[in-house]
Amino acid sequence: MAEEKLKKPEEMFEVSLTPGTGDWMEPSAGFRKGTYCYGAPLKHQKYLDLPNQREWQPSNEDWKLPPDWKETILEGMERLIKRHRSFRLFLDICVRCGACADKCHFFIGSGDPKNMPVLRAELLRSVYRRYFTPEGRLFGKYAGARDLTEDVLKEWFYYFFQCTECRRCSVYCPYGIDTCEITMMGRELLNLVGCNIQWVVEPASNCFRTGNHLGVPPHAFQETLGFALDELKDLTGIAIEAPINRKGAEILFVAPSADYFANPHWFTFLGYLMLFHEIGLDYTWSTYASEGGNFGLFHSMELAKRLNAKIYAEAKRLKVKWVLGGECGHMWRTLHQYMDTFNGPADFLEEPRSPVTGTRFENAQSTKMVHITEFTADLLYHNKLRLDKSRNDQWKITFHDSCNPARGMGLLEEPRYIIRQTCNHFYEMPENTIRERTFCCGSGAGLGADENIEMRLRGGLPRANAVKYVKERHGVNMLACICAIDKAALPPLLEYWVPDVGVCGVHELLGNALVMEGERERTTNLRGEPLAAGDGEGDVR
Amino acid sequence: MYLLYSLILIVIIILVGYIGAGILGWYTLFSIIAPYFALGVFIVGFIYRIVLWARSPVPFHIPTVCGQQHSLPWIRSDTTESPHTAWGVVSRMALEVLLFRSLFRNDRAEFRQPQRLLYGGNRWLWLGAMVFHWSLLVILLRHLRFFVEPVPGCITFLQYIDGFFQWPLPSFYVTDILIVAALLYLFCRRLFNPQVRHISLLSDYFALLLIGGIAVTGILMRHFYKVDLMEVKRFFLGILSFNPVVPEGIGTIFYIHLFLVSVLLAYFPFSKLMHLGGVFLSPTRNLMNNSRMVRHVNPWDYPVKVHTYEEYEDEFRAAMKEVGLPVEKNE
Repeated sequence: MAEEKLKKPEEMFEVSLTPGTGDWMEPSAGFRKGTYCYGAPLKHQKYLDLPNQREWQPSNEDWKLPPDWKETILEGMERLIKRHRSFRLFLDICVRCGACADKCHFFIGSGDPKNMPVLRAELLRSVYRRYFTPEGRLFGKYAGARDLTEDVLKEWFYYFFQCTECRRCSVYCPYGIDTCEITMMGRELLNLVGCNIQWVVEPASNCFRTGNHLGVPPHAFQETLGFALDELKDLTGIAIEAPINRKGAEILFVAPSADYFANPHWFTFLGYLMLFHEIGLDYTWSTYASEGGNFGLFHSMELAKRLNAKIYAEAKRLKVKWVLGGECGHMWRTLHQYMDTFNGPADFLEEPRSPVTGTRFENAQSTKMVHITEFTADLLYHNKLRLDKSRNDQWKITFHDSCNPARGMGLLEEPRYIIRQTCNHFYEMPENTIRERTFCCGSGAGLGADENIEMRLRGGLPRANAVKYVKERHGVNMLACICAIDKAALPPLLEYWVPDVGVCGVHELLGNALVMEGERERTTNLRGEPLAAGDGEGDVR
Repeated sequence: MYLLYSLILIVIIILVGYIGAGILGWYTLFSIIAPYFALGVFIVGFIYRIVLWARSPVPFHIPTVCGQQHSLPWIRSDTTESPHTAWGVVSRMALEVLLFRSLFRNDRAEFRQPQRLLYGGNRWLWLGAMVFHWSLLVILLRHLRFFVEPVPGCITFLQYIDGFFQWPLPSFYVTDILIVAALLYLFCRRLFNPQVRHISLLSDYFALLLIGGIAVTGILMRHFYKVDLMEVKRFFLGILSFNPVVPEGIGTIFYIHLFLVSVLLAYFPFSKLMHLGGVFLSPTRNLMNNSRMVRHVNPWDYPVKVHTYEEYEDEFRAAMKEVGLPVEKNE
């Protein structure tokens, strides 16, 4: 529907990065169709006990704010300043050097000056100065301060839901000012008066109830898993088992729910199942903790903690030794940087150790959760898997570093190692656009809705542009990534900007290349596409 | 507009110094009361701000990682940009504080036809910032010769190096030229780069002009309106020994210079210039990337409402049993 009215790529590409002469202190939230997300539905506000429950839409004139909304926000701000050094410091020390300005994918793609990270933060800073600093109280506008009005609040909403918390600007900031923190605090404040979006609150509410964002109940999860096993039987001739809620397994495996529901995530899901079967892993899936992702993180620290609690609780109930996690972006920000603090200490678990290679994952010795690419890279390094790289020969592959594994964890080489071991054709995008400098897909942090598609396409422009470069230069036709949101967001993005480049997960590539004990000769890849011509046996190792 | 206002402010400050000390001869006010007051505000304010930041909790472990993590032994980790040891953090912070590592990464996004988005290297800001800050440091150290007796050898040496060209007499200092050039660059960038101009506040222009004013009056004092340096030194030693004497026969330019410095000192703790202290405390830079290795504790953590497994099973038990999924309660 929205697609019909979309501009053509040539038109969308006409972006000016030169701001006009207007004063940014004038609140200006456009709420133009295609650029903002719908408000959270009442049903899910209720389920999560959120404040100021009501039906509302950002496009409404009246946001039905509580009468004391202003005091609520200012008290909330004071509380956040006292609780987070990051917030207080980042509000205080910015020198407005502008190094961050053209680092934001939303600014590059939209040219809207308030998408420059520095101005996104100034939206909060101006209010902070007005109410919390002597110079702001005294000199007002001349000290960069402005009153908190309803228009300012609307502007916050507009721009804090136009930030994917990707942290790219933080890499370039001389003080490490992290707009993700700013956006998180901005959203915390908006929550206090009941202003959050459907695409965040609904998955979070689903996850709270059913254990996953998509609201898949346990029996449906089992059914889905059954489909996958049937599909693998057809493909490989092997009857694979995948235990669910099994007590006493060595490892609990947690993946983002999109892996067992969406496309092309599904093929990554198949890849996991094949791998675990092949190495005879003693593991279990869980229906209660059937989601590694955490949309609570895009809402508030409290909701993130509430959702995250399930993983350790389930690990304890099932009496596993440690936890393995699938391919996902913000899920790993939560697991790596927050989970142990939220819901640890995980002293009922053991330090993770690969049952196949004996490798101890010392880097996860406290949290006791290992990333699947760490686990698989270790297997490959120790030659524990037989691979036929040629089964991925139809693809010339590039790798998109997902924001959170890259800048939250530093997980850069593990997925690349797997790709190099499983594929013959791998090409990197330009160095300004990968690793710690990677560009976001433009749909993270809960912004992957349909109604804001224009903004998502704009935000994805820098990523797509880099893909276009390797497509033209090396004929790249497949983009591998390790994030469920990427896998959902990038196919339509690339379809729009760089047609004929597909998207896959790293474990899909592994699943294709994996030579399984007793498998029948494969004629297609996991997607059912015929394998590229060739003897196919050549480089099995 | 902001530029105009900050220019006016600077002119007013200079005029106040000129009229107050040069015409009205309120020497005690400008040479003793104002500097003491400013120094007091600076010291108390600076410490207050730092203590406030340092005492604010860091509830979560949020380094911005800029390199390969320490994971498997055969993968070379980036010990500086993704530090997992205290030394790694020290090296990261040292690079950041001394060499402005993050600014060095800077590039510029540019649209070109047909449909090309390119990233060009853009290290001018890094260069300008480096030149400015390092010159400022050298100049500050050079000034120590007015504050300590005897002057340490290293300061004399620094002064010698800085004035290496020995021309004209008295020889100009390289850092004087550099700092003015750097300030000019930073100022022009703020004025003519449309993005930076758009985000600039009054205080951004004001800080540049104020420091520029100090630099220019300092240079004027050295080369054009010469002042009695022995008297200046006697004056500062008096100030520092809390035995201040009103200096005699020093030109008005000295008072203007001193007054601008006083304004800067008093303004400092209320301004963005506090990044001098803040940069050390930034949790995205000064934490190790060992989040899964060592548990980070949130000091204000509180229990939250969760959806327990029991509640979950209660809702779905019937369905789970029907498809043969194991359950805890079997009634």
